Amino acid sequence: MSPRMLTLATTHLKGPHIDFAGLSPLIALLGGAVVVLLFGLLGSRWVRAQLVPALSLVTLATALGLTIWQWNEQKSIVAGALRIDSLSLTLNLILIAGGACTVLLAWRSLAAREAAHGEFHALLLTSIGGMTLLAAAQNTVVLFVGLELLSIPLYVLCATEMKREHSLESGLKYLIMGSIGSATLLYGLAMIYGATGATDFSAIAGALSTGSLATDPLTLTGIALCVVGLSFKASVAPFHQWTPDVYEGAPTPVTAFMAVATKVAALGVFLRFFDVALIDAQASWGPAVAVLATITILVGNVGALGQSSLKRMLAYSSVAQAGYMLAGVVVATKLGVQATVFYLAVYVMMNMAAFAVIVARERETDLGDSVAAMRGLGRERPWLAWPMTISMLALAGIPATAGFVGKFYLIDAAVAGEYTWLGVVIVVGSMISLGYYLPVIAAMWMGSAASEAETRGPSAAQRPPGGTLPALAGGSPELDGEAAAAESVPATTGVQPEVAFVAILAGAATIFFGIIPEPLFNLVRGVGNALGLF
Amino acid sequence: MPALSILIWLPLACGLLGALVPVRDRRFPGALAFLGSLAALGLSIGYLADFKSATASLQHVTDVVWISELGIHYKLGIDGLNVFLLVLTTLLFAAATLASNLRTSKEAALSDDDPVKDGSSERVQPERPRLFYFHFMLAESAVLGAFLAQDLALFVAFFDLMLIPFYFLIGGWGREPGRVKATIKLVIYTLAGSLLMLAAAIATGVLASQQGGGHITFVLSSLQAMPLSRGSQEWIFLFFAAAFLVKMPAFPLHGWMPDGYRAMPIEVLMVFSGVLSKVGAYGFLRIVLPLYPQAAAHFQILMLLIGLASIVYGSVVAFTQTDARLIVGYSSVAQMGFITLGIFALNPQGAQGALLQMTNHGLVVAAILFIVALLARRAGGSEDVREMGGIAFRAPVLASLFLIVALATLAMPGSSNFVGEFLILLGVFKTKLAISVIAFAGVVMASVYALRMFIRAMHNRTGAHVDSREISLLDSVVLVPLVAVILFLALYPQLALHRSERSIRVAVARAQVANNPPNLRTASLRLQRPGGTLSEGRAVAVAEGYVGK
Repeated sequence: MSPRMLTLATTHLKGPHIDFAGLSPLIALLGGAVVVLLFGLLGSRWVRAQLVPALSLVTLATALGLTIWQWNEQKSIVAGALRIDSLSLTLNLILIAGGACTVLLAWRSLAAREAAHGEFHALLLTSIGGMTLLAAAQNTVVLFVGLELLSIPLYVLCATEMKREHSLESGLKYLIMGSIGSATLLYGLAMIYGATGATDFSAIAGALSTGSLATDPLTLTGIALCVVGLSFKASVAPFHQWTPDVYEGAPTPVTAFMAVATKVAALGVFLRFFDVALIDAQASWGPAVAVLATITILVGNVGALGQSSLKRMLAYSSVAQAGYMLAGVVVATKLGVQATVFYLAVYVMMNMAAFAVIVARERETDLGDSVAAMRGLGRERPWLAWPMTISMLALAGIPATAGFVGKFYLIDAAVAGEYTWLGVVIVVGSMISLGYYLPVIAAMWMGSAASEAETRGPSAAQRPPGGTLPALAGGSPELDGEAAAAESVPATTGVQPEVAFVAILAGAATIFFGIIPEPLFNLVRGVGNALGLF
Repeated sequence: MPALSILIWLPLACGLLGALVPVRDRRFPGALAFLGSLAALGLSIGYLADFKSATASLQHVTDVVWISELGIHYKLGIDGLNVFLLVLTTLLFAAATLASNLRTSKEAALSDDDPVKDGSSERVQPERPRLFYFHFMLAESAVLGAFLAQDLALFVAFFDLMLIPFYFLIGGWGREPGRVKATIKLVIYTLAGSLLMLAAAIATGVLASQQGGGHITFVLSSLQAMPLSRGSQEWIFLFFAAAFLVKMPAFPLHGWMPDGYRAMPIEVLMVFSGVLSKVGAYGFLRIVLPLYPQAAAHFQILMLLIGLASIVYGSVVAFTQTDARLIVGYSSVAQMGFITLGIFALNPQGAQGALLQMTNHGLVVAAILFIVALLARRAGGSEDVREMGGIAFRAPVLASLFLIVALATLAMPGSSNFVGEFLILLGVFKTKLAISVIAFAGVVMASVYALRMFIRAMHNRTGAHVDSREISLLDSVVLVPLVAVILFLALYPQLALHRSERSIRVAVARAQVANNPPNLRTASLRLQRPGGTLSEGRAVAVAEGYVGK
């Protein structure tokens, strides 16, 4: 090696300046993942079943604290690879809240137990890390890395109930479909790179703003492929087909996490990539994405009608909700970005309340996630029935819930962005959605006496004094013992307190922000400024 | 007078307290709810007494910013349009809560010696009273909010919200068979309209502020100052009309009504039929005519025809029905048709008649539904008029009360309903002669179904399971005040007319001008011109004066 080359190598090896303060939430999440993984290796059952989730919560709390510490920062870090601004920080906040709820829901779940606790929670934290990376991505390479970092742990998480075929199927399906999505996205990113010669969002935006590049066929193909790839992640129709099966098959806490956090990350990247990097090509992709949003809203809402599995129903509903939120992306205005982020925050609350109740009922009855499990809940467990009711009403967009304000904001943004017809599509979608949200409420509060007796009979009989679900402990002897130990405490009390806590907290927040939405508006106010970057 | 917020939220507070305070007595939530609704009634009567009829501007205004980002204000106010509807709402809710309470205590007193009770298809005592009264009071708060809201977004929020407690009330305490199905049908029907209205309302705010160049706002008075283009007005009008017509209900959007009426518990039906249908009609006067006057003029014929179709269809179906509730239900469709006619006569007479008729119909329909419940108890639980009959023999007081209400329903001269219908027909007569001529037939048909129901139930041969009794003291506590108010209004309709006059003129003015554009310029000429009638010219002049301001 000649000395000249050596000097070249050393000058090239000089890394970019790393702003550790800006990176700190991500470092905390990934570091926490390692710590949790190591603790999961310890032999003590108590450490694995209790300390590991507690440490996960501590990790999330640390990341939350660091996010708040960075709150008013506006900077690009790591040589412009990541952007710390109110959009990424707000999304962090939402993601961490969603993650914390997931940890609580998974605390005593079968999935976490079968995946040996440590691994489950480490994967979860890694996935959240990937999401925060994605929310801050400022470069197509980082975007792709973030997307994979969030997806790969999720593929595994879906399959963590290893003894249940559906869970494995769900993981495999998600892996295949997710890979197709990633490959498509990568191809699209490569084409955009080919057209603009840049991987940096700001450089892409700069290249598109000059000349006729914004209508160049190569750029347009690249954009189209990116739309498709991200649509897979955000479960936007017609790329949503995996959603119902995967949501239904995955362990419910993981479903909750996917429904909530993945959507936040995917829409976050939609906002960043389309409303920032590709803003000058908006005339090309805007109408196309608007049509996608319309299809998504209709397909999601119609698909959810008549589903007897609540998880499937919520899967389709999440497809529809993604369509609503795309309306905020399409208009590519400050108002649109704010409305989307607002709705994302609300969306997390509404869905977490619903999933927490489903988790509670799954553990309590042997009806799984079917609507029948909700029958008579209003009489039996009002403290679970109310959050579920509020969640359904909020998802349908009824006033006095945050869902109403969120939808109001989105329609407002759509009309102001001259997409009035998209606003009308949103309300038409909401109308259809009543057809599946209301029957859930009816099942909880209006079940006839006969059917209530039916459901109560077996559920009471199924509840032996020792554990809730004997069928679940039918695995290996090792698991049997662990199950008995883990389940002996909560089983007698019925609903586990942390699950009820999530349900009630999310339900109360949905009502609170429906009546006093000003704090949430303050949260998202700065978010729109992310648009004005370039 | 205390702030209007107290009037709105007092019922809900009582409902919440009743639901949350751990008192073992099952009667506690009901008693508290009744006290709350009574207090609300007292407050609204206070507002009525305090009302200044010399002005069309809002009184007792509360105006705070609710969501600054979206320009939504929490703005409440009273004027001639809503002052009587407030009293009507609180009166009917108080009566309905009392009715529900009394049945509760009566049930406790008469345990076994009441043979009718077993056959009665009514639930005698609301199960889960805490929840029942919570939803009931939430409904009252939401309805009052919708009447008082002076901000478009706030109105839409209350309008949508008020359906939710009814969803629970009907689904949870309604009558089998098919209460859940009926409920879901009702809610989807009405919320579908409401959601269209939501989109239209947001579009109004956004487009008006874009055209006006200001910050987005939904306050009605500000929106009026920033008129929309005609094209936007027209689609927005149709969305609003869909919401309001479903709620009223008007033909052909009444599909939810028969099932809904059959399924509702009687107290709930009293307020639903008496008050909720009025919110739709009120919405036309409060929002549609002032904000979308050109569209209102453009679609005048369509709306008049819908009103006319409702009258004819409702009346004809009403006298083929045998279920007493459905007779009342279809007669409501007909009555709401009259109200639609009055509103879309687009002149002050018609609108005033419509407003008066809203109050009248609310009072009458609540009273008649309560009577239906009383009759059903005497006819072995059946609400079929064929199984009633001969009830008047042993119940002369009940029969005379029923007769008063029935005569009011058919708009007998001397009743306040007569004044209302007369004004409506007068208003329509002035604008569209042919339509008013056909509408006159509706008045005749009303007498057919009202009298048929009265005769079938009270006279005729005694029904097989009829066990006639006089109205009990407790039941008359509910019914007599309602009848007294009907009689009072019959003697003194000027009470309502006088107070609403100015607000009505303002509400209708723009639409009236839009309806007769040439008059705008020649109004002053027409005053002297021999051809133009004096009153017409004056109305236009007033209108023009308002617009000029």
